[in-house]
Amino acid sequence: MEKFTTHTGVGVPLRRSNVDTDQIIPAVYLKRITRTGFEDALFAAWRGDDSFVLNQPEYTHGSVLVAGPDFGTGSSREHAVWALKDYGFKVVLAPRFADIFRGNSGKQGLVTGVLSQENIELLWKLLEAEPGKEITVSLEDRTVTCGELTVPFEIDDYVRWRLMEGLDDIGLTLQDEDAITEFEATRANWRPKTLPAKTLPKEEIVAARPVQ
Amino acid sequence: MGTTLAEKLWANHLVKKGEGGAPDLIYIDLHMCHEVTSPQAFEGLRLAGRQVRRPDLTIATEDHNTPTLDIDLPIADATSRKQVDKLRENAKEFGIRIHSLGDADQGIVHVVGPQLGLTMPGMTVVCGDSHTSTHGAFGALAFGIGTSEVEHVLATQTLPLKPFKTMAINVNGTLPKGTTAKDIILAVIAKIGTGGGAGYVLEYRGDAIRSLSMEGRMTICNMSIEAGARAGLIAPDETTFEYVKGRPHAPEGEDWDEAVEFWRTLKTDDDAEFDTEVDLNAEDLEPFITWGTNPGQGLPLSASVPNPEDFADESDRIAAKNALEYMGLTPGTPFREIPVDTVFLGSCTNGRIEDLRAAAAILQGRKKAENIRLLVVPGSARVRLQAEREGLDKVFLDFGAEWRNAGCSMCLGMNPDQLKPQERSASTSNRNFEGRQGKGGRTHLVSPLVAAATAVRGTLSSPDDLEDAPAALV
Ligand code: SF4
Repeated sequence: MEKFTTHTGVGVPLRRSNVDTDQIIPAVYLKRITRTGFEDALFAAWRGDDSFVLNQPEYTHGSVLVAGPDFGTGSSREHAVWALKDYGFKVVLAPRFADIFRGNSGKQGLVTGVLSQENIELLWKLLEAEPGKEITVSLEDRTVTCGELTVPFEIDDYVRWRLMEGLDDIGLTLQDEDAITEFEATRANWRPKTLPAKTLPKEEIVAARPVQ
Repeated sequence: MGTTLAEKLWANHLVKKGEGGAPDLIYIDLHMCHEVTSPQAFEGLRLAGRQVRRPDLTIATEDHNTPTLDIDLPIADATSRKQVDKLRENAKEFGIRIHSLGDADQGIVHVVGPQLGLTMPGMTVVCGDSHTSTHGAFGALAFGIGTSEVEHVLATQTLPLKPFKTMAINVNGTLPKGTTAKDIILAVIAKIGTGGGAGYVLEYRGDAIRSLSMEGRMTICNMSIEAGARAGLIAPDETTFEYVKGRPHAPEGEDWDEAVEFWRTLKTDDDAEFDTEVDLNAEDLEPFITWGTNPGQGLPLSASVPNPEDFADESDRIAAKNALEYMGLTPGTPFREIPVDTVFLGSCTNGRIEDLRAAAAILQGRKKAENIRLLVVPGSARVRLQAEREGLDKVFLDFGAEWRNAGCSMCLGMNPDQLKPQERSASTSNRNFEGRQGKGGRTHLVSPLVAAATAVRGTLSSPDDLEDAPAALV
């Protein structure tokens, strides 16, 4: 995971509350075998509507989503975070997030900052008055800056530390790599290994055919 | 105070104790992959520029999507083919051993591990598949994981985990004839409920469990997950050692002796305490079937379709009502009078050689009932070969059954083996959820003996309902 200290990008005002994960990414997109390439799936149902914010050219390349309260409720699908990230979002700001969505975001390196409803409103006004305006999010100072306006946001200390260090769960475990290596040295010899492959003699399997 | 087997296994694999509420870091001895839950995990590795830490502790097989007919031709369904191709690509790129369709070691991941001797007592075993609990039959801590965890194990060979609670399931007494491991576990689930095991590792104990073969023990541990448990396990004994001995990956010579010496220490101490205990008397058991749409909705075959009004609990009442509606059943109908369309003999629950033998012993010299389609799907290609060596394929074919290639098949209908809407099946698999075996399909979970007797009579039946049933079974 990349280390996150500050990010500057186009702010996207999403004037909606209770954006659930089915709206972020509909279930039909869950059959895919890839972990990337979900950008087309993001807000798929709304993208067909010309007036939807991401369909306005000024916002199309946005990377900081400014949403209403209770963002990310509903199904626990990790795909919601993948879709936001694949589209290009680095940060979502909202007055309140669903727990699982926040947890998944933290694992995947998407910053979720909690602002007061008041400050969200201020940001919405600024972004709508001047579409395409940039926002700077400093994880270090826990502030959001948009033009003259600088306001604080909240984020869990542990998650912030992990994001600033660029550590996902795997990265964290790998910090204990020495302990893992040490443990491996104590494993008994007879513990099975899949390689080199040992197997019974090769045999032909006859293909069953449909019965008429 | 002593410790339980599950706690010993945990302690044996502790890489680092979690401090201040952080989870423990647990080492994983064997990681099995299949095509459905692994693609995003491999892609995650690729995106992060990571390698598989221990390809030599990882194995892949193709099972969920694979067809059971025409396996020498390209897979017809495009999505299935894509998933299988992806697994092959990933295995190649990351240096993982894979058993592909057509290979003698291909088959359901939970049949292949034990068969190759890769599953042994005292291990930790994981797979992106909930029925990984099967491997607990060897006295291993074995459980299913999600795709992010699959990636975690691939990259680190460990998992951050919080300890599980422990539950003893004591089954004592002698099982009546015609009653099997499947009936024990269906009765356990009916007793504790589909959520009764949540957060627990179940340890099955008692002489009824001890007297089971490894196949029977695997059937029981396999379905622990249907009681909501994380894992199920059985302490290893001579039966276990006997099963492992001589398999391709089994230790040899001095290694074998050292291993067995260690394995003998793998049991719950006499003074250990479980968080919960449940008792069941094997003598009281009889062939069990499910009548509803979750594995906890089960009753003895000798009973009748229950009346939802008789359930004391409001939510059980509603669940029963919905289930009967979906299943197309009328309260009060004796189970034995319910006609069945399809009998499915297979899956990681009951697709092993012993299961096929038990069914064949009943079908031998008989013909299937008119209304029945019997699908016999060995759990692995080796099971198929073994059955063919014993002439079981002939017994099935003469009976009028379809003899298929190995895979998950109708257990979840990801391949073409599916029920049609409203079609009724007696299935030796483990889940009777709505639509699991095909949209609108109606599933009764049964043992291989009940499956076979049902195929003969055409209605839900046990071996005692047959004239001249093999003496050993009645
Ligand atoms: S046989 Fe059924 S339960 Fe077993 S692994 Fe395959 S799909 Fe899952």
